[in-house]
Amino acid sequence: MSIALSLAVGSTITPSSIAADVGWPEKEELKFGFIKLTDMAPLAIAYEKGYFEDEGLYVTLEAQANWKVLLDRVIDGQLDGAHMLAGQPLGATIGFGTKADIITAFSMDLNGNAITVSNDIWKQMKPLVPHENGKPVHPIKADALKPIVEKYQAQGKPFNMGMVFPVSTHNYELRYWLAAGGIHPGYYAPHKGDITGQLQADALLSVTPPPQMPATMEAGTIYGYCVGEPWNQQAVFKGIGVPVVTDYEIWKNNPEKVFGVSKGWADKYPNTHIRVVKAMIRAAMWLDENNNKNRSEAVKILAKSQYVGADYEVIANSMTGTFEYEKGDTRDVPDFNVFFRYNATYPYYSDAIWYLTQMRRWGQISDAKSDDWYKDIAKKVYRPDIYAQAAKALIAEGKAKASEFPEFTNESGFKPAQTHFIDNIVYDGSKPNAYLEQFKIGLKGSQQP
Amino acid sequence: MLKAADIGKVTVLEFKSAVNTDAAKKISKLLLLPFIGLTLFIFLWHVASQNIDTSLGQFPGPVQVLEQSSVLVDEHFAEREKAEAFYQRQQERNEARLAQDPTYDAKIRDYTGKSTFLDQIWTSLYTVMVGFLIASLIAVPLGVLCGLSQNAYAAINPLIQLFKPVSPLAWLPLVTMVVSALYVTDDPLFSKSFLTSALTVSLCCLWPTLVNTAVGVSGINQDLVNVSRVLTLNKWTHIIKIVLPSSIPMIFTGLRLSLGIGWMVLIAAEMLAQNPGLGKFVWDEFQNGSSESLARIMVAVLVIGMIGFALDRIMLAIQRHVSWDKSVALR
Repeated sequence: MSIALSLAVGSTITPSSIAADVGWPEKEELKFGFIKLTDMAPLAIAYEKGYFEDEGLYVTLEAQANWKVLLDRVIDGQLDGAHMLAGQPLGATIGFGTKADIITAFSMDLNGNAITVSNDIWKQMKPLVPHENGKPVHPIKADALKPIVEKYQAQGKPFNMGMVFPVSTHNYELRYWLAAGGIHPGYYAPHKGDITGQLQADALLSVTPPPQMPATMEAGTIYGYCVGEPWNQQAVFKGIGVPVVTDYEIWKNNPEKVFGVSKGWADKYPNTHIRVVKAMIRAAMWLDENNNKNRSEAVKILAKSQYVGADYEVIANSMTGTFEYEKGDTRDVPDFNVFFRYNATYPYYSDAIWYLTQMRRWGQISDAKSDDWYKDIAKKVYRPDIYAQAAKALIAEGKAKASEFPEFTNESGFKPAQTHFIDNIVYDGSKPNAYLEQFKIGLKGSQQP
Repeated sequence: MLKAADIGKVTVLEFKSAVNTDAAKKISKLLLLPFIGLTLFIFLWHVASQNIDTSLGQFPGPVQVLEQSSVLVDEHFAEREKAEAFYQRQQERNEARLAQDPTYDAKIRDYTGKSTFLDQIWTSLYTVMVGFLIASLIAVPLGVLCGLSQNAYAAINPLIQLFKPVSPLAWLPLVTMVVSALYVTDDPLFSKSFLTSALTVSLCCLWPTLVNTAVGVSGINQDLVNVSRVLTLNKWTHIIKIVLPSSIPMIFTGLRLSLGIGWMVLIAAEMLAQNPGLGKFVWDEFQNGSSESLARIMVAVLVIGMIGFALDRIMLAIQRHVSWDKSVALR
């Protein structure tokens, strides 16, 4: 209680709260961009709870129209930093889409996405899903979707699905789930100038901005989509679709969004950068504190029109640890949104490398790359060194405990081999090429589409 | 006693007959008919909204819109209080830092919270006025030049014809790129988004003023031109004493059209580029997908309409004031 209270009035001004341990911020007025999704929460909380101000930073948060605009504005300096898809800094650095040096020192959350299909598709899928006590057994695999996709193909109709951006987590998760069920989601071939990602595809994936997903599906343009919250729960509330699988079930505790800044900005304002990360670590801690006790307050903040702006009930559904699949089928998913525990905020190299492997798997990286290449790119983009400085400053100020962070001196940045994937394939970040060899569908070795 | 009663009767009768004639017609035209029109509209709107179901809930009727408009005003004042607290905290923080670090150049930064609906109205109005002013400063002199010289008109006319029909949505990407490339300062006086919006408005509302001014100037009464010749007025005096006064009604016709176009263009530009203002408010609300979003958008739509109407009336009033031919019916 006392902790919660002191955090709630975190803006009490004491000289130490703006102490110069890290060095004064070089730039005090900052503008950060975000997309209206619940996983922008650390930014909203750091603002509302005064954590940015505690660092002597005056931050304006600004919703952006879409991921491309957001990235472009970080690159041209209109934004100092932004809530980004984990694939965006990596994609920009290797030059898929826009080429620019973007780095991240803060991972914003784990999990938080789901795949939703329209009512009509669910009606056809449901008989193929195993049931227990009258309820579908989770996780639902794409095996149940395969016959339906084949039926569409036989009739010569394209099977369209939506995701939010070519280098988005959602694109890779949707592809992972489809491919694990034997449905080919299609290859990219940037070396041939093809960036639609639909070569050899059974299901055609296209980009739709998150808030427009439910409406696009209702209009019949797409039959399903992968997106973050609240846009899956929105479909349930409006009775237009059924979420079939969460990303937690596709890959337990997968990294989701990051906080990205341009490399030039980070070099120019190092103290400011550390202070921003400090404020965001505190926000993430607050979000997960005491078994998500603060979540309902967080939902109230996110429901404000300047942040996510959706209805309280819709946002609360996933943020407070439950998830509603088919209407009425609400299940506990305590880790649906993770902001701090399990070292969620630490920028692991192995997380970066997983994204790079998926870029290679689907042809966004068109040539074979050595394991070292993957490591080098990860080290260029992910900056645990900056994170460690911020965390140490917080520990020194007594605002966090050392036990809550990885042991910085021994941390290699590689998580131990991870097993919780829907297809039971094991991921070891230190051997990306060997990892790619395990997939039935997807490029490996020196293959090109 | 009797007399007084008679007088009373007469006046009442006279009043009644007066009511039945001119004044009655005036009142019914001024108040009654618009009132009937509006009531009918609100009734139809109410009925229609009951029957439209969207993925965000029912289409907002007049009641929900009224509710949301008061919520929006409340939000504005709540935000002002937060701003007060923000400045207070900032001051204390600055003092604390100055105590530690006397070299610190303390300054008061603007409130970083959200812009409320009322703030957005102000932003839009300010932007459209600046854009309109820039356009007028270019269009009026250029129009006078075109009206006076056949050659200048022949040279400029193709450009007018080419650019007049271009939609703001086509200009916007170009303006955005040019502004972000050229306007690079560390401590900008205006924000880039403001410049982009204002310049897009200028580009689109240049043309009616330009064309109307040119037509007005070239159509000056020949007698006036002859008078000017007889008096051997020099070029400047000729323009200021003869050309401008006599073409002012036409110039204002152009300005009025321009301002109307500018207001429409601005809202579209704000929606597309996410520049602050009423257009951004509408788009943000749409992106929110809350069950109140549609009602809030409807409030914005009505306000946009009312402001457009008010701007037009203001221009009309100015036009009436400066027009020397009071017999022309302006509507």
